[in-house]
Amino acid sequence: MTKKSIVIIGAGISGLSTAYYLAKKGLKDILVVDKNFLNSGATGRCGAGVRQQWGTKLNCILAKKSIEFFAKAEEELQYDKSIEFKQKGYLILATDKEEDETFKENVILQNSLGISSVKLTVEEALKIVPHLNPNSFISATYCNTDGHVNPFLMSEAYYKAAKRLGVEFSFFEEVLNIETQNNKIQKVITNKREIITDKILNAAGGYAYEIGQMAGVDIPVYSEKHEILVTEPTKEMQGPMVMSFSKNIYCQQVPHGSFLMGRTTPDAPHNHDILSSWKFLDEMSKTVTEILPEVAKLRVIRTWAGSYNVSPDHQPIISDTVNLEGFYIACGYSGHGFMFAPITGEILSQMILGLEVEDYAKELHINRFKENRVTDFERSVV
Amino acid sequence: MSESDIIVCRCEDVTLADVRRCLEEGYTTFEEIKRILRVGMGPCQGQTCSVIIQREIARYLNKPIEEIKTHKTRPLVTGVVLSDIAGASDD
Repeated sequence: MTKKSIVIIGAGISGLSTAYYLAKKGLKDILVVDKNFLNSGATGRCGAGVRQQWGTKLNCILAKKSIEFFAKAEEELQYDKSIEFKQKGYLILATDKEEDETFKENVILQNSLGISSVKLTVEEALKIVPHLNPNSFISATYCNTDGHVNPFLMSEAYYKAAKRLGVEFSFFEEVLNIETQNNKIQKVITNKREIITDKILNAAGGYAYEIGQMAGVDIPVYSEKHEILVTEPTKEMQGPMVMSFSKNIYCQQVPHGSFLMGRTTPDAPHNHDILSSWKFLDEMSKTVTEILPEVAKLRVIRTWAGSYNVSPDHQPIISDTVNLEGFYIACGYSGHGFMFAPITGEILSQMILGLEVEDYAKELHINRFKENRVTDFERSVV
Repeated sequence: MSESDIIVCRCEDVTLADVRRCLEEGYTTFEEIKRILRVGMGPCQGQTCSVIIQREIARYLNKPIEEIKTHKTRPLVTGVVLSDIAGASDD
């Protein structure tokens, strides 16, 4: 029977990053299983943005450390292609007085953590994105080190680097059950075999809750559908990601030349549905026509959807488990797992190997929800 | 004609050599290759490349072509200007 030092469930960006850091720190016999193929889940469906402009301290720290990694990722991972890291910023629009006030506070918080965001007037914002409808917002914030990374290629970079370090991957293998005894992990049972192990990382993205249930661990997360579209490619015309929480839009031109844009479906049911809807296309096109009329002249060529795995405070759960030794969790990123992946892998590899973990990372423990220690709530989410 | 001169996906300018390299790296489904090379993500939505790549996968895996899945079909069938969708009325 196969025996492994750890089974990582999910070959999305969090699982890949953690596998890489564990192997780099010297752990042997790491197995990553995924019920589908590389990039098949939420990572391969995400909006490809990476930003540091958050409203909570923890999200700011995670984002800043991750962006620092993206800047050197190709070199560190010895990737033979480009991860398409583009730092042309995020421009976040405030559309009413309340948002304007919140953004002022956010910028103070971000600056205090070393993030170089600034508050802008409408005129200043128009200098950065001239085709913005000046009547659609009252102020903005901007951070020029935010930007874009290609999720497919970033995943491949981690995947290949982890493989070189001896990590074993098994795709199209689905975890069906987890056997435990006396609060210890015994076995992972898949559709192909039984694997003996005493450590598991639940990095199952949209299915993190279900994996938790298999191990008898209640994780307070749910999944909901978020839709997205892509236009035909065009000349370079927009540097930053333009985003508005109140208007419910994010919209960025990727290095390939096409625009990606997405929005939240209000009151989306909590499930695993990832089908495209006509309603999304209708609402998305209206919003982009209002805010970015020049972009709305482009043709939409595809739509798709993926799952956000949402936590009660919109901050990730990066954690071990008190009642089940060796069970680790990376989920609840609430739509931002891709951009927090580098630091996720770093923190989890430290936790799993029993190394020193920085204090802020301890605040991401799952017990914060049980012990009512949730002090922060992230509002800056589309 | 050299493999690197044969265009398989005209939307994204992907060659036969690119596809064969991907197969060698272990990506043996259309959906995996799509995510690495962008085949099938362009305006024609895979109408040209899907069958060519299906055949390449079948050859590589030595399987009958009917056992090889093509790409996932996504909306829209053809490109539509966003502001035209926004301006269309319900009635």
